[in-house]
Amino acid sequence: MVDWRKTEEQLFKGLMIASLLIVLGSLAAVFIVVVIRGAPALSLAMITQTPQGGYYLGKGGGILNAIAGSLYLAAGAIALAFLISLPIAWYLNQYAGRSKIAAFVRISLDVASGIPSLIYGAFVFIIMIGLHERVSLFWGIITVALFITPLLTRGLDEVMQTVSPKLKEASFMMGATRFETLWHVVLRQSLPGIVTAFLLALGRGIGDAASVLFTAGYTDQIPTSLGDAVATLPLAIFFQLGSPVPEVQARAYASGIILLAIVLALSLCSRILSQRFKKYVIK
Amino acid sequence: MKRQIIDRIVGRLTFIPAFAASLLLIVMTGVLCIRSQEILLNQSLPTLLFSSVWQPMAGKFGFLPFIAGTVWVTFVAMALSIPISLFSAIYLSQYAHRRIKATVQPLIDLLAGIPSIVFGLFGVLLLVPLVKDLIAPAFHISTSGYCVLTGGLVLAIMVVPLITSIAFEVLTAVPEDMRIASLAMGANRWETVKYVVFRKAFPGIVAAVVLGFSRAFGETMAVLMVVGNVAKIPSSLFDPAYPIPALIANNYGEMMSIPLYDSALMFAALLLLVVVVIFNIIANIVLIRVKRGIS
Amino acid sequence: MAGKPITISHLNVRIGDRNILKDISVSIPPNKITAIIGPSGCGKSTMLKCMNRMIDLVEEIDIEGDVHIDGENIYGSGIDVSLLRKKVGMIAQTPNPLPMSIYDNIAYGPRIHGQRKRTDLDEIVERCLNTVGLWSEVKERLEDPAAKLSIGQQQRLCLARALAVQPEVLLCDEVTSSLDPVSAKHIETELSSLKNDYTIVFVTHILRQAKRLADYVIFLYLGELVEYGPANEVFFHPKDPRTAAYIEGVFG
Repeated sequence: MVDWRKTEEQLFKGLMIASLLIVLGSLAAVFIVVVIRGAPALSLAMITQTPQGGYYLGKGGGILNAIAGSLYLAAGAIALAFLISLPIAWYLNQYAGRSKIAAFVRISLDVASGIPSLIYGAFVFIIMIGLHERVSLFWGIITVALFITPLLTRGLDEVMQTVSPKLKEASFMMGATRFETLWHVVLRQSLPGIVTAFLLALGRGIGDAASVLFTAGYTDQIPTSLGDAVATLPLAIFFQLGSPVPEVQARAYASGIILLAIVLALSLCSRILSQRFKKYVIK
Repeated sequence: MKRQIIDRIVGRLTFIPAFAASLLLIVMTGVLCIRSQEILLNQSLPTLLFSSVWQPMAGKFGFLPFIAGTVWVTFVAMALSIPISLFSAIYLSQYAHRRIKATVQPLIDLLAGIPSIVFGLFGVLLLVPLVKDLIAPAFHISTSGYCVLTGGLVLAIMVVPLITSIAFEVLTAVPEDMRIASLAMGANRWETVKYVVFRKAFPGIVAAVVLGFSRAFGETMAVLMVVGNVAKIPSSLFDPAYPIPALIANNYGEMMSIPLYDSALMFAALLLLVVVVIFNIIANIVLIRVKRGIS
Repeated sequence: MAGKPITISHLNVRIGDRNILKDISVSIPPNKITAIIGPSGCGKSTMLKCMNRMIDLVEEIDIEGDVHIDGENIYGSGIDVSLLRKKVGMIAQTPNPLPMSIYDNIAYGPRIHGQRKRTDLDEIVERCLNTVGLWSEVKERLEDPAAKLSIGQQQRLCLARALAVQPEVLLCDEVTSSLDPVSAKHIETELSSLKNDYTIVFVTHILRQAKRLADYVIFLYLGELVEYGPANEVFFHPKDPRTAAYIEGVFG
């Protein structure tokens, strides 16, 4: 009897460890495979030049257009999303408390952040058709902002909720208004978490392809205005991979390394920055 | 006085974006409904859902192959990812040392943060040849490698971090008192998980799985790249499939030039949206209950 | 059924770099109630948890020394913690019913340890609930979730659950502190009636409770065992000035 109980626990513990190893192994495999296959085509030109004539037949140039495009797009989108998210998060935390409205807004945002980015793309595309608009950086920014806003808002909301009521009370006791408490106390206390939520949303924005497929277009130039079409890194990977030319395919792999490097950098940034901001935090 | 006024203004103003954001869902559903109207007036809903004839040029839009493709790929992904995620979450929440937790959790977050296009690339580079040259031959089947199984594998890797981290949260939220009660009775950790922790966490675990499911359901790029995209109902794991998101993403270019095509694709998007929204609402309500019940 | 003696020798417990228990040596006699008293944070609960190795759950813990129960070193190699905890039952400070029915709560332990026959389980459930005086109150609703009981009833249920696996030792960690006075009285009465069959060690910060119940008293102060002896001696003729001060209410 005793033996069987122990055997069962050992068996399942083994399965658990195996599962965890599979998860970690997958992570390692993604990095290793992409890096090994992409490294040969990786060059300085990849990240410093736009596609030259004949690039898609294997001739010279790089994907600076897509790197710059992705950064423009993500920067615009995260700025816009942040401007919308912060007031909503404030509203949820200070003014609506634990009311029914707050609960409704929260669940709407949770559901919205589960909707596939493709649908956001389709939605904005319909609006663009209605307005007779062409694909552009502007509409790309709108699309990405739209689909990272729910994510960012709930992230900020969760972080602000963890600020202890006692701390807020301390500020109220000094005669501060709710807005002043928010601005001086809650924001500072939750800064590390805000940074994490911000960079997480930024990462989603940079990495997404399906939403901008309809709305941002693709071009070999670096956009000079909001009305220009814009290339993105994920789509650059997608289109190059679809090419029959082996050199171009190899560049798709190399572009994968660049995208992975950006994601990794964001993840590291998020750890470092949130550590740094922790010194203001009262535990 | 001025300070009080600022406070009031901010209070009123922040309500506007909050309200607008919560309407976004309804507006999106509404807009997609309007755009789907044309096809719904032209063809009956059962025909759209259950016909397998897909000939846009001839005005025939049967979505069954795409629905079947989505369901196949999603189920394969779930069959693979549920046990792996739950076992990992149980290990991390019940067995793992603090230091292991602190190391593994950021790695799982990192996996969750990898863009889907990279998973697609990974699928093309490793999983497609793996399925084609190793797995299929073991069953004496020949395939291009671009098939349901590959799509399911890629998706599984993508949803594992999501399910694992939600399940971990839910399992960790089970009151320590209950675990202690069980352990003090002489139950070992696994028995404690099986009879006590899992029972208490069950609704939350279901919610985690449902969220994973709806994530898999709507995932576009990664699946599109490895699943073959043939508009035929798959009959085995090694057949190609054509899930709905891939259909939409692949045809946005020419959809304006064929009558009804754009409306049909928007109907497909609506279908996707409705399923995902329903699943998400259920899962999120359960999760809120679970968290409230515990705190 | 008879209780078993517990012998603790040179027990040192450290969590991180904090010394929680310092060189504790004591022999706890069988079939008696021994109270561990002392100001909060003195290591009372830690000492209790060392006796059924629930202390193992604390991370970064470092334990030296031996605890012998019925002559067997529970920190020795080859000890089955599961069987140890079957022999040494524990009741927590706040009632901790399992997320299942009243019946299943009691049957949990016996089932874990291999008792599967329904008639046997029925008999165990009835006997244990009777022992704690809960049977008449709940016999009509054994399938109700345990969480529906009042806090006082829950604590008695936890006591009954501990008894269901026929332990030899009962460890009680301030078991009445979260209860109303009436329920607390119930538990106290049940504990004193149980000492014929079990060795009972209980932790309390209520001196009057210790005086009412205890045959022997251990006084801990800042992780040190200051005084140990029969209750009457410790309470009325304390040898150490710190014990005297504590009993007179100077601190704690």
